[in-house]
Amino acid sequence: MISGLANMAYVIAAICFIFSLGGLSQHETARRGNIFGIVGMALAVVATLLTLGSFLFSGMELGGSLKVVASVFLLFLSLAVGSAIGIFLAIRVEMTAMPQLVAILHSFVGLAAVFVGFNSHLDGQHQHMTAGVEQLLGSFGASLDQVKEIAKDAHIDLDDRGDDKLGSLKNLSSFNSRTLIHKVEIFLGVFIGAVTFTGSVIAWGKLQGVIGSKPMMIPGRHWINLGALLFCCLLGIIFLVIDSTGWSMVPLIFCTLIAFAVGAHLVMAIGGADMPVVVSMLNSYSGWAAAATGFMLSNDLLIVVGALVGSSGAILSYIMCHAMNRSFISVILGGFGVESGTVAQTGNGEPLTYSETSNADTAESLLNAREVIIVPGYGMAVAQAQNPVREITEILKERGIQCRFAIHPVAGRLPGHMNVLLAEAKVPYDVVLEMDEINEDFPNTDVVLVIGANDIVNPGALDDPSSPIYQMPVLHAWEATEVVILKRSMATGYSGIDNPLFYKENSRMLFGDAKSSIDGVLTEMRQRI
Amino acid sequence: MHLGNVLFAPDHPSCDTEMIVGIPKESYTTENSSGNCGIEKRVAASPQSVQKLIKLGYDVVVETGAGELANFPDDAFENAGAKIASADSVWTGSDIVLKVRPPVDSEYSQMQSGSTLVSFVWPAQNECLVSDLEKSGINALAMDCVPRISRAQKLDALSSMANIAGYRAVIEAANEFGSFFTGQITAAGKVPPAKVLVIGAGVAGLAAIGAANGLGAIVRAFDTRPSVKDQVKSMGAEFLELDFEEDGEGSGGYAKTMSKEFIEAEMALFAEQAKEVDIIITTALIPGKPAPKLITAEMVRSMKPGSVIVDLAAEQGGNCELTEPYQRVVKHGVTILGYTDFPSRLPTQSSNLYANNLVNLLADMTPEKDGKLEFDLDDEVVRGCVVTYGGETLWPPPPKENSAPAPKTESQEKVAAVEAPKPGMDAKTRSLITLGAAILVGGAMLLLGLFLPPDFIQHFTVFILACFVGWQVVWNVNPALHTPLMSVTNAISGIIIIGALMQIISTNWFVMLLAAVAVLIASINIAGGFWVTQRMLGMFRKD
Repeated sequence: MISGLANMAYVIAAICFIFSLGGLSQHETARRGNIFGIVGMALAVVATLLTLGSFLFSGMELGGSLKVVASVFLLFLSLAVGSAIGIFLAIRVEMTAMPQLVAILHSFVGLAAVFVGFNSHLDGQHQHMTAGVEQLLGSFGASLDQVKEIAKDAHIDLDDRGDDKLGSLKNLSSFNSRTLIHKVEIFLGVFIGAVTFTGSVIAWGKLQGVIGSKPMMIPGRHWINLGALLFCCLLGIIFLVIDSTGWSMVPLIFCTLIAFAVGAHLVMAIGGADMPVVVSMLNSYSGWAAAATGFMLSNDLLIVVGALVGSSGAILSYIMCHAMNRSFISVILGGFGVESGTVAQTGNGEPLTYSETSNADTAESLLNAREVIIVPGYGMAVAQAQNPVREITEILKERGIQCRFAIHPVAGRLPGHMNVLLAEAKVPYDVVLEMDEINEDFPNTDVVLVIGANDIVNPGALDDPSSPIYQMPVLHAWEATEVVILKRSMATGYSGIDNPLFYKENSRMLFGDAKSSIDGVLTEMRQRI
Repeated sequence: MHLGNVLFAPDHPSCDTEMIVGIPKESYTTENSSGNCGIEKRVAASPQSVQKLIKLGYDVVVETGAGELANFPDDAFENAGAKIASADSVWTGSDIVLKVRPPVDSEYSQMQSGSTLVSFVWPAQNECLVSDLEKSGINALAMDCVPRISRAQKLDALSSMANIAGYRAVIEAANEFGSFFTGQITAAGKVPPAKVLVIGAGVAGLAAIGAANGLGAIVRAFDTRPSVKDQVKSMGAEFLELDFEEDGEGSGGYAKTMSKEFIEAEMALFAEQAKEVDIIITTALIPGKPAPKLITAEMVRSMKPGSVIVDLAAEQGGNCELTEPYQRVVKHGVTILGYTDFPSRLPTQSSNLYANNLVNLLADMTPEKDGKLEFDLDDEVVRGCVVTYGGETLWPPPPKENSAPAPKTESQEKVAAVEAPKPGMDAKTRSLITLGAAILVGGAMLLLGLFLPPDFIQHFTVFILACFVGWQVVWNVNPALHTPLMSVTNAISGIIIIGALMQIISTNWFVMLLAAVAVLIASINIAGGFWVTQRMLGMFRKD
């Protein structure tokens, strides 16, 4: 009865999660969506705890009361400590550090999937007793009473003989394939979880700056990955063949270690600018890991949630790849940003020149404009320039100058990262527009301020077939009357490609740290009003 | 690097100290008495440019009252760091003289041998001046000879002056024109908008189009180069086209002489337009040739009385047959302006831009920023500008060999070759492949269904349906909310906690511990993910 209640709670939780993602379609409903998520999670956890409680109190033999007390104590301790850490992280995190937080949270899901997979293997049949035993056995065509009997038999003896009993009771071949499938599920779940774990840790390290963001290129790295994958397959077969729970742990652990290495190696080979794709990909992986866990535990809620998260991450990866005009495979195989950049030249082969501008001139042109568009990039986040940028927009707005933001899908290190940073700086979201919404407005714009962005405003993507980012959709900043580009120096962007925008007639370079340049422009603007 | 790469340092006594840059007052006045083409009001420096010159390491001396007519008083130059001096000391004491108009002999005769003059020189028209400069050992740089390459755009004084001339031409036309430019409906009656025809869409033409459009006129433009069509349109004019295939694009972006048939068709177009438009602004020039005669006396006669023609090519003979250079004349009721001093009529702006052009040239020639001018004759820009150097006439520069573009086109072809197979895979093939893949996957699934246990298939059904639900729901997510989406999916993927919770009551100590750790990290995910999402969403606000 309790398990029926729990299963219903799981259904409601699954619906809540779907509503939660649906709520994020609009700013107005987004917070409600998050509340739905919280409610769903609370329902699921409470229902699970109730089920657990009912098992404990129904006098199941768990190997003595000490273990019962210990497990209950551990359970609540872990819950409390984990929640406390999570809330602490969530309160403390800077919005610029969101990519790191998201990455590290992915790694937790991955690691949890590995542990749950191990446990599921070590604990054999146990989960069938606890989660939805009726439903499971019901699918073999047994009546409820029979099932209860079988269950009773089964938990007296939890080893393989229990399985045999069940098997002989029902269709033997179907049962064997079920064990096999179960092992495959464990193996896959652990593998995906392990790749997610180390991949996310490395992504975190790269985003945090602990590890250099340059792609690490081991010669023949694709072969290494392929070899590792094949070896894992082999280990998987061994794992399936070995009957003994203890001994089959050996290939499983080996495979986990190899998966750790593969995950780390995969992400090490990917450059900093591709991080939005990597993080969304890991988001997707963490979902698939959860789904695999759901399969191994025969838990539909886990499967549903895993599928939701997995497809969400996959969509984000797709959007990011599309925004860079690169195939998913090419991003995952990594190594972008090491090709030697094309040196900017005119048709005659001579070097191009650019014009510099000053804070004062920039302030002047901003104040004289009617339409201003600001194009922020990762450089703005690094320099923490979003607050003075917002002050500039406020001054412009007071003077009746329309000032909007143009966000490229891959600006920043996380999908939607710029939007969050600007929201944190109290920029209203209705002036923050997506590329497709604003790209047509550039010709009517007087001043475009490009802050710490490079490749996303590269006109070479449209007209230079030799450019590595040819056909990547970009913001058409150069169509405006004047483009002011805030940049540290003339160095190339993350992709290592020179940007013809800088040499356009209507472009002005404002060199220096984005924060101090913006502060300077702001001071000059204040003096003029 | 090839041989002959020589850096010349000017042979002058003050070479090892900072060079003095002198800014004399312009002395040019036209001889005619109509009063319209009076004195040159521009000056070759602005207070800002003086500051930049000082940053380049030069000392700057400005003649008393040099900037007066351009509204730069002497004390503004002094505040910028320049010294104010008399005309004589500027001409005799400067290492570099910056000027607008070509100097007259009483001026350059005072300059010392080895000093440098930068101004408009027009070496083709002023052979006498060039030979005098050569004899006196003056190094002359002509601002009208800056090569038309993109690197030199910031020094291109002809463009910056043409821009001003185009604007001013419209203002002068408006001044002469007896009606509004913009159409209006007033209580007293309807005012039709003025129709303006701009011939030649170079820098001046485009500026004129922009200005006339800004005043509200209906603007049409014609140019022999079809490539400028988009620029014309972007400035707000209608581009007039002939039913005739010939591209007038000559070298360096200038126009070339067209065929006879083309000119006839063109003239027919102008004749037709002349009857209709109120204002004609002509800017057609062909380098090294007299301006083409585009507006005949007959066309002028056909225009409405009170119409205005502004002939920006007057100095080269004019595009209109009836233009009289330097003069305002009224013929057949049409006012024809043949002024040649349009930039000087906006002295502050034109001085500013010209001074910037000069500073950019000097900055290129002062790589060390140490106040020492270096003549790198291998530099295409410097080589183009140098008229005389070290007692020799170096004008005209040798034609540039065009060797560089070759490898570029090759690489482009290569790219094109690589790209080529792509379009070969058309939509049909692609959809066939997709169909094949779908059939394969479907077949494989059906086959697997034979062997897989029913409970697995049941979970699998849930899984696939959930994937589709997720796919549908997430596509609707606003891209601005992608970060909250990631953090909330982070939180809900912490649902893995319910697996770990089940395992924590295991009989196996190891399993219990592992499960406890899994519960711990999954709850970090849940609490952290939801909390940070809430925090983020709280920041999004509307105005």
